[in-house]
Amino acid sequence: MIESLAHSEPEAAAGREMIVFSIGGQEFCFDLLAVRELRGWSVATPLPRSPDYMRGVINLRGTVLPILDVAARLGMETSEPTSRHVVIVVSVNDQTLGLLVDGVCEIVAAPPEALQPTPDVRSDAVSSLVSALFTVDDRLIGLLALDQLLPSPEVLAA
Amino acid sequence: MSRSQALPDDVLASIRVLFFQDCDDLLGELETALLAMQRGEHDQETINSAFRAVHSIKGSAPSFELDALAAFAHRFESALAAVRSGAVSPEPALVQLMLRAADVMADLARAGRDGPPLAAGYGAEVAAELAAVSASVVGDDMSSDVSSIVDFDSDSASVSYATPRSASGPARWSIRFTPDAGLYAKGGEVGPLLRELGRLGELSVSLDDRDVPLIQDLHPEKAYLTWTATLVTEADEAVIREVFLFVEDDCDLTLARAEAEDEPAPDLAASDPPEFAAPPAPRQPPPGETVRVDLGRLDRLVNLVGELLINQAMLVQRLSDPAVVKAAGAELPVDDLQRLTRELQDGVMAMRAQPVKVVFQRMPRLVRELEAATGKQVDLELVGEDCEVDRTVIERLADPLIHMVRNAVDHGIEPSAQRLAAGKPARGRIRLCAAHRAGRIIIEVSDDGAGLDRERVRRQAIERRLIDAAAVLDDDEVDALIFAPGFSTATELSDLSGRGVGMDVVKRSVESIGGRVGFTSRPGEGATFVLSMPLTLAVLDGMTVEVCGEKLVAPLSGLVEAVRLTPETVKVLGPDVRLLSFRGQLLPLIDLGALFGYRHSSAERGVALVVEDERGEQAALLVDDILDQRQVVIRSLEANYRPVEGVAAATILGDGRVAFILDIHAILASQRRDAEAEPKP
Amino acid sequence: MTQAATTILTVDDSPTMREMLGATLDMLGYRVVQGIDGLDGLEVLEREQPDLIITDFNMPNLDGPGFIERVRQDPRHRGTPILVLTTETDPAEKERARRAGATGWILKPFEPGKLSDAIRRVLP
Repeated sequence: MIESLAHSEPEAAAGREMIVFSIGGQEFCFDLLAVRELRGWSVATPLPRSPDYMRGVINLRGTVLPILDVAARLGMETSEPTSRHVVIVVSVNDQTLGLLVDGVCEIVAAPPEALQPTPDVRSDAVSSLVSALFTVDDRLIGLLALDQLLPSPEVLAA
Repeated sequence: MSRSQALPDDVLASIRVLFFQDCDDLLGELETALLAMQRGEHDQETINSAFRAVHSIKGSAPSFELDALAAFAHRFESALAAVRSGAVSPEPALVQLMLRAADVMADLARAGRDGPPLAAGYGAEVAAELAAVSASVVGDDMSSDVSSIVDFDSDSASVSYATPRSASGPARWSIRFTPDAGLYAKGGEVGPLLRELGRLGELSVSLDDRDVPLIQDLHPEKAYLTWTATLVTEADEAVIREVFLFVEDDCDLTLARAEAEDEPAPDLAASDPPEFAAPPAPRQPPPGETVRVDLGRLDRLVNLVGELLINQAMLVQRLSDPAVVKAAGAELPVDDLQRLTRELQDGVMAMRAQPVKVVFQRMPRLVRELEAATGKQVDLELVGEDCEVDRTVIERLADPLIHMVRNAVDHGIEPSAQRLAAGKPARGRIRLCAAHRAGRIIIEVSDDGAGLDRERVRRQAIERRLIDAAAVLDDDEVDALIFAPGFSTATELSDLSGRGVGMDVVKRSVESIGGRVGFTSRPGEGATFVLSMPLTLAVLDGMTVEVCGEKLVAPLSGLVEAVRLTPETVKVLGPDVRLLSFRGQLLPLIDLGALFGYRHSSAERGVALVVEDERGEQAALLVDDILDQRQVVIRSLEANYRPVEGVAAATILGDGRVAFILDIHAILASQRRDAEAEPKP
Repeated sequence: MTQAATTILTVDDSPTMREMLGATLDMLGYRVVQGIDGLDGLEVLEREQPDLIITDFNMPNLDGPGFIERVRQDPRHRGTPILVLTTETDPAEKERARRAGATGWILKPFEPGKLSDAIRRVLP
């Protein structure tokens, strides 16, 4: 069985198929094998005592699925989700999570050579969440570290 | 000719699983009987019960190649037989030995089931002592060589039909056989015996009826017939005699071998293997009071019924317009549907309910091991074993309880000398008590030991940088340190205690399923762990409420009453503290909307839910409205997210949306915490 | 007598042993009915007419010899062959079983071949 990437390992990403999505006009990606399904946005039950980037939880055929707004998580500008938004349901470390994005663009194969690690930048969110970069036809695509998305228990206890 | 026909591997494998289940049950019965004997109950039935348990294991074990277990059980059984017959009396020391023997058997069984195999000679000392017990009985010939744990003799008379041919080729035998009445009285028949003889070779039979009297003198139950037969066979005498094995004492049998003759060897292969008809109608299940059900099937059934509940709720929701219901004539069926679904739910959950005895019964053995390892003396008292919980919770109880009991023996109970010096009885006491309270199962593990050495705990916490050296903590806070991550009060980690697993892991694992663990200590007197768990991880009786347009579910077990807010009942204190006057008490009024971040200013109107947590403390939760009461299927929030304080779990409501289930205890605790954090004037 | 119609009653308080016996007898082509101890075995005999009975020796409520004695007193089953399962190599136990009226015995642990031999010696 092919395991999906430990997502903070850009070295292992070379050559694998990636799902590319867009938020706020920018493009990001992660291992296609992590994807469980794609859904449209539906109204979620708000999560108490959680960071703003958690949009709530929805009922996914009997399972409680948290929805995380990736743009908000990256510290980018956000807008109210509409039916035009897409939720990518992913599997990360035995948990299932819904990622709210603007839209899904395409599937690309990451370049065969190792990806460039993200340069040191001011934004904490970006440096911890985007583990590598590559370009396809002059488009910059960031590799999202899926396992860093959810808030840690300490954050919630605050 | 019959060969040893073995059962197919998969059949044997599944019976093997059954055997180990039986073995567990039997070992449980054995321990129960031995504990009763330890309390002085020496009646015959108790002793028989112990004997039968060991006898039964001994009987089945060899079929699964569990020779060490079978051999040990054989020794144990002999000792028990001596007690059963009254030849040996069950003195305390003997009962103690037998309890150890029961532990050895449990170990051998477990090794046989899960591996790895135990060292050869495991339990040999115990076996030797058991042999000494049965040897002391005059005439007991089972006390053979003690040093070799030999298995019982195989049946020396069992020679299979496939025995080698006698060296000199086929021989002619003359057989004279006169059965007496006893043969027939025991349900025997001559026909099958002659038939079996016939399979050995060439047989000719004649009947001698000279002794049959005239009919008026004929006694129907007496035997008057004799058969004479000639058999040409290559089989030797033992094989021929074996045909008559069962009837030897009930007949006159003469067997004489005639001279070998030059006859062609009879066709021994003439005996065909028995023809196996296709399996007939399925075996009837043994009549009894219980049925074994595959747990996976039961769980699936419970899940299905849970789905049914959700579905039924959605249906009711759609039909909630009374006009629609009436027009469709659906009032009665809808009510019935609710009632039936509810009964189905109750029935299915009852199937999974188990008494905590299942977990408690591992404790006596644990305590015995701890006694042996620490040299302390401990008495264990179990109360409330019959309290039932869902199987999903039972499984989660074992580890916490084991840790708490270990803790009590290792750190709580003092060595006997120390106890005596302190004016306490030499034997320490640990009490495990289970009870249902506030819709949960509460288990207390209390000991009468020395209590927590708070100074040492403080020092150790400072050493491990868990607290600041200058920090001022009250007694409760010091007690709570034992649950801090990375903390362990065992300076010598004995083999049995804390294999690297501290109370912090226990606490987290308990909390992850909505449980709680607490600890209180009374220096010099003892300490108590309190474990609180929900009764099931599957469903919950709740009251749906609305807060800021969001629906929440409050567990019914924590609810006391709901009261409408009126200006008279709400008191304001300071800038933002509000209290509810309820039955002469003033309770903190907690605004759930504000607590959960749904709104930022306090509501003015609404309903106050008076709730009570496990400590018995009360508070009032402010909600906008009360909707209805229903049973909800519990869904985990943590499975895909993180624990959220104040939220116990989630559920899917009739409209398909997720609603959160309140954790009343945590809400009150966080409220207390926030109140204490306020700077005091 | 065709084997497919032959019914055997097995009486044993050990579920494992009942399964082993049942599966083995099943494999040998017999129809099997079961009782969990002597008393239960008697109840089964109220509605069944087995061709052979196989019973354990040590059982709660009503043990092997006790069960066999009662069976021999019942005119419906007096002549039914009865085999006793025993792990006892002690002749006294076998003697008790015979005195109670057992036709024969099978030693535990049994091999299907030996079980089959014993059955053939007593079943017409």
